[in-house]
Amino acid sequence: MSDIVLKLSGIVKSFPGVLANDHVDFTLKRGEVHALLGENGAGKTTLMNITYGIYKPDEGEIYVNDKRVEITSPHRAMEYGIGMIQQHFSLVPSFSVAENIALGLKESKILPKIDLVRKKVKTLAERFGLDVNPDSRIWQLSAGEQQRVEILKLLYMSAQIMILDEPTAILTPQEAANLFKTIKEMVKYGASVIFISHKLKEVLEISDRITVMRHGKVIDTLQKEEANERILAKKMVGREVVLKISKKPPKPREIELEVKDLWARGDKGPYAVRGVSLDVKSGEILGIAGVAGNGQRELAESIYGLRKYTGEVKIGGEMMHSLGVVSRMKSGVAYIPQDRKGVALCGGLPLYYNLFLKKPFRIPEFYLNPYLFNSSRLKKPSEQLVDEYLISASSLNLEVKYLSGGTMQKVVLARELSLNPKLIIAVHPTRGLDVGATEFVYKTLLKARDNGAAILLIAGDLEEIFTLSDRVAVLYEGEIVGYSKPDESHLEEIGLMMAGVRRVKK
Amino acid sequence: MRLKIEKRHENASTFSVLLMSILSVVVSLVILGFIILSLGKNPIEAYIQLVSWPLGTIAGLTQTLISMMPLLFTSLGLVIAFKMKLWNIGAEGQFYMGAFGATWGALFLFNHISNPWIMLPLLALLGAGIGAGWGALAGVMKAQLGVNEILSTLMLNYVAIYWVNYLVYGPWKGAGSYNFPITATFPKSAILPQYTANGINLGIFLAIATSFFVYYLLRWTRFGFEIDIAGDNPKAAEYAGVNVKKMVIIVMIVSGALSGLGGMMQMSGVLFRLQPNFSPGYGYTAIIIALLARLNPFVTVAVAFLFGGLIVGTQQIQLFLQIPFSLVNAFQGLLLFSFVAGEALLHYKLRWVRA
Ligand SMILES: Nc1ncnc2c1ncn2[C@@H]1O[C@H](COP(=O)(O)OP(=O)(O)OP(=O)(O)O)[C@@H](O)[C@H]1O
Ligand SMILES: [Mg+2]
Repeated sequence: MSDIVLKLSGIVKSFPGVLANDHVDFTLKRGEVHALLGENGAGKTTLMNITYGIYKPDEGEIYVNDKRVEITSPHRAMEYGIGMIQQHFSLVPSFSVAENIALGLKESKILPKIDLVRKKVKTLAERFGLDVNPDSRIWQLSAGEQQRVEILKLLYMSAQIMILDEPTAILTPQEAANLFKTIKEMVKYGASVIFISHKLKEVLEISDRITVMRHGKVIDTLQKEEANERILAKKMVGREVVLKISKKPPKPREIELEVKDLWARGDKGPYAVRGVSLDVKSGEILGIAGVAGNGQRELAESIYGLRKYTGEVKIGGEMMHSLGVVSRMKSGVAYIPQDRKGVALCGGLPLYYNLFLKKPFRIPEFYLNPYLFNSSRLKKPSEQLVDEYLISASSLNLEVKYLSGGTMQKVVLARELSLNPKLIIAVHPTRGLDVGATEFVYKTLLKARDNGAAILLIAGDLEEIFTLSDRVAVLYEGEIVGYSKPDESHLEEIGLMMAGVRRVKK
Repeated sequence: MRLKIEKRHENASTFSVLLMSILSVVVSLVILGFIILSLGKNPIEAYIQLVSWPLGTIAGLTQTLISMMPLLFTSLGLVIAFKMKLWNIGAEGQFYMGAFGATWGALFLFNHISNPWIMLPLLALLGAGIGAGWGALAGVMKAQLGVNEILSTLMLNYVAIYWVNYLVYGPWKGAGSYNFPITATFPKSAILPQYTANGINLGIFLAIATSFFVYYLLRWTRFGFEIDIAGDNPKAAEYAGVNVKKMVIIVMIVSGALSGLGGMMQMSGVLFRLQPNFSPGYGYTAIIIALLARLNPFVTVAVAFLFGGLIVGTQQIQLFLQIPFSLVNAFQGLLLFSFVAGEALLHYKLRWVRA
């Protein structure tokens, strides 16, 4: 038996208007972690969807353990030991963890006894360090926990080839470190892993080999030893990328956002934001650091008027009411929410609709007659945005759900940042973006700041916070536990505050 | 070997959508043929009657247009609701309430008005208004209490139908009706302009005009834009500043108003007096029409016309071949089934796998 478990040869896949995979060759060795790298829309997900039987390739062959195979469905892929965790999960929210795993098995034979499943899940979870309770319901779990369930599902079905599509995009650094431990453990048991990520550091840390794709083609496959961040970035984008952004000193002016003693409940009932007070001036970026799930989302939603709160929110000196998105929009607030696909996009509507989801009637300078409005009038300005924000889509009519994961993010960014907002609430603004796009977003946010926008940046990634912020506040269990300077030398202090160990009283 | 269902990940083309619609009609016709055969009749003869009379003769064509009218009003109302993924199956009830409103106005509220140009708009407003209220009831329950609109609209249908029954069997029973459950005839001023002796009336043209109005509403207004957004992803709609709850209520109002208007037109244009079961289920047929037309208002006109023909054609074979009218319902049921099956095939594929 050779040590090549999976071989893709000459894979071609085109969608109307794009060649997503252009004669791609790819091999995966037994027991290796093979990273797949590439810009947004490079064709990584498409290639993996082909391997997992979701798409049928136009041309090309797939070999598993040197045997030519036809993978016509995910079910068939499982038979060959191929499992995949997709960019967007597919769990049933109202079912328990064990039930969801059992559900994944229904295709193979008769439904197994749920007790047996629970037992096996427990042992698997222990062995691979995947901490979840088999009896919790999916809706009660954080994104990181849901991902662990997906991994357990694959382990349960004893997948030998695991495809992880941007698994770390939704994880906290801590969770990501745990995932890496799990991956190493799985490899020890003989599994092989294909790992997609935009974070070069991670890729260099976890993988043995790295394949870079651009515009549907494989550019190169490197050994980890031959690679570094600069080389990879250059191969991906085709030019030198500045990974360190230089920023001018801030020129803060008047207070744009003022929050006083804000209390808001989370979805499960108890208060998630507990008496937060903060202010952000025009021309500065306030970074909010914190482990995910400490009230970040609820804070952002309250300020944007999507969540009920008590306390005060003043924008541009004007008192806002709890619940009232329109008044925020009129005051020039842009909001980039955490869950772009679920909250900020209409997947079934064309790209040009989504670029103007809220612009046409709400924003004074873009006013269109609401009784003589044809959506085709949005096409021209859409073209501009597509060019400016480098959105790779074959057509303006393409439904947004068919865009690549990173491109969806860009659609939201383009819409929000093109309004010349006075206040920007950005939650994980670069999640899922490639290095080039990340650089672009950083530059755009800094430019907006220099032009006088106030920016509230919520991110889990401390590096991002350090790169952009002028001040850092740390959120822990719904409270701001202290402020710090955005500087590596304060890393430990911030880390302790994020863990709730230390409080700085103001 | 075993049959397996798999999701398709690519969008269905316009061609396959069209093919699927035609196919579902053909499949139901074939099954209908077998039913007719089992009744001991010749299905070919039945098919010929079914098509030749309603589409091939002036009298039949007239009847087809007349039965298209209520179908068109109700299905256009549903197109708007369905666009927002509000499954209003209460067109029947809203239609009944519209007819009730028109009768109330014509016989009791405004019976002293003799100028039709004052009377008719008043009746239209009243019919549409009461239909709208009936729709709003379900809309408010959905928006405020989260009551599933499928259930509430279905229940409200029965309430409306029994309300009309109560009136015509009881307080509104007409003087000259020989104790039949039927109201008095509408006064002249409450009758829509009739253009031929056999019943071509203004309502038919207004129904067609309404399709342009619905097209305008959906394609050329902010309202239509927001329906698209809220229908696709209510959360994103809230995020974009659309008040989804308000939209639910407004859409149910507009949807109910169109069905109610249909009820008024049916009274003032065709029947002139209220009686029990005056609708052979127009509001239910409208569901199939709106879906078959894929929520396009102009295609809806064509499909409503064909269904009008179907009703007339079945009456014809009932007469000539002694086949029961319930076949229309059977055929519509078959259509709905094959349409739903076809819809599933557009999104899923069937495949044989080794066991
Ligand atoms: N079902 C589809 N219909 C039409 N176009 C599609 C479809 N799926 C993918 N595409 C297009 O194929 C191209 C490659 O997309 P893919 O999702 O593979 O990118 P990716 O490398 O995974 O990007 P990202 O890093 O942003 O996730 C994109 O231009 C995308 O719009
Ligand atoms: Mg992808």
